[in-house]
Amino acid sequence: MLTLKSVQAGYGRLMVLKGISLHVRQGEVVTLIGGNGAGKSTTLGAISGLLSVWRGQVEFDGRDLSRVPAEKVVALGLALVPEGRRVFATLSVRTNLELGGFHRRDAREVRRDLDDLQERFPILKERAHQPAGTLSGGEQQILAICRALMSRPQLLMLDEPSMGLSPRNVQLVYDILRELKERGTTLLLVEQNARAALKLADRGYVIETGRIILDGTASELQEAPEVQRAYLGKGYREVWE
Amino acid sequence: MAAYILHLAILAGIYVILALSLNLIVGYAGQVSLGHAAFYGIGAYISTLTALNWHFPYLLAALAAMVFAGLCGLALGLPTLRLKEDYLAIVTLGFGVIIDLVMRNLELTGGPDGIVGIPSPVILGFSFRQPIPYFLLVCLGVAFTLLFTYLLVSSYHGRALRAIRDHETTAQVMGINSPAYKVAVFALAAALAGLAGSLFAHYIKHINYESFGLHSSILILCMVVLGGMGSILGSVVGAIILTVLPETLRQFHAYQDLIYGGLLVALLVLRPQGLLGKGKLSLKFMIKKE
Repeated sequence: MLTLKSVQAGYGRLMVLKGISLHVRQGEVVTLIGGNGAGKSTTLGAISGLLSVWRGQVEFDGRDLSRVPAEKVVALGLALVPEGRRVFATLSVRTNLELGGFHRRDAREVRRDLDDLQERFPILKERAHQPAGTLSGGEQQILAICRALMSRPQLLMLDEPSMGLSPRNVQLVYDILRELKERGTTLLLVEQNARAALKLADRGYVIETGRIILDGTASELQEAPEVQRAYLGKGYREVWE
Repeated sequence: MAAYILHLAILAGIYVILALSLNLIVGYAGQVSLGHAAFYGIGAYISTLTALNWHFPYLLAALAAMVFAGLCGLALGLPTLRLKEDYLAIVTLGFGVIIDLVMRNLELTGGPDGIVGIPSPVILGFSFRQPIPYFLLVCLGVAFTLLFTYLLVSSYHGRALRAIRDHETTAQVMGINSPAYKVAVFALAAALAGLAGSLFAHYIKHINYESFGLHSSILILCMVVLGGMGSILGSVVGAIILTVLPETLRQFHAYQDLIYGGLLVALLVLRPQGLLGKGKLSLKFMIKKE
């Protein structure tokens, strides 16, 4: 459903993605793991139109996305939960949710989705009229995910949903993602938290300095020595040991 | 004395329109503008020139002022789309300076002397030459602006504007065409400032560049910030206070400006969000986030 073919992209003259190829099939949960500065967020930026694609192709449902501006992408069925949650801090929780369905014209359906989400996550109802900035980190992440769901995406992209959250909240967020997976939502999950991501995902890619260095099923990746050493901390040795 | 109070009330009303319009840009869309008085001036001159040279009836002249100022807002908005914060501040500041120089040097605008003998508005045969009718006319303008800004900010589009203010990139990801919204809000705010300019010109009857310079731009911005960015009522209160305050401080003679400045600083230290502001809004180009 989503295919990237040798995508190059970057900022100014600095090339960050040096030819990324990956694909996500319908109903799959795919994770992209890598350290700081590896190009994870840049990849999502290139897909969602926030960054221009220098070379290569981004295809979604047979459509070329590389020239589609960011604000048109969501209408095609791709939603992004941005890094660091980025809820609209001064707007109410409810308005945040409504903005998630901004491109939809069917007011009644939007309303129904909003009610559904509020029912599933009662905190969104309790705090409906409170500025989103006053929610806790975990609550903001839930809101950010629900806001993205309001667009009824075919593919949901999440940029480090566990970043800056307490272990309990990471658990909470991953429970939601698991539930989405069980409902058949297609997810592209970008993470530094390889352990959590690989537990949930079907397949994964490891990105390092703008290149995919490894890919495979989640269990293959969990076993791969490179991943264990770099991201899961097994058999890790300091240089002086 | 009553005439003087009425005079202040008319000026306050004009400033309320200006503050409300700038609040759309600064408080709701979260963009900076240090050149708002330029649109005010453009409106004043266009209204005057169409009324004097082409004998436009008042309503048509005011409409022409709004349309032309709006087009200038569009012309400023389009090339500056991609700019943010400090850069946008500098460009709007530059725009204000350019318009100031144009008004000062153009033959059409009467050069530094400006234009005298601007006619009083006549609508449907009724002349607004006396202060009381004029005050009512300004009230009408204020009511129109209030209604317009209220409807705008509480609409679907108002939500989009506030989303852009809170986080532009995320707003774009939600499907909000932020460049289009920013240009539109610049143009609309400019048109409203044009209306204020028209009301000012036909009241004061003698305009020159002095009323529309950087000083006025900053004053309008102060009204918005003092009242509370992103609050409609705040802009109204801010505009009234900053119109009336300097006058009431006149009794302190030489210390007038000192007390005025001191009060402003004190107010903003005690209430950084402005008198009626709610959230933690701040002028983005002054405080860097992240």
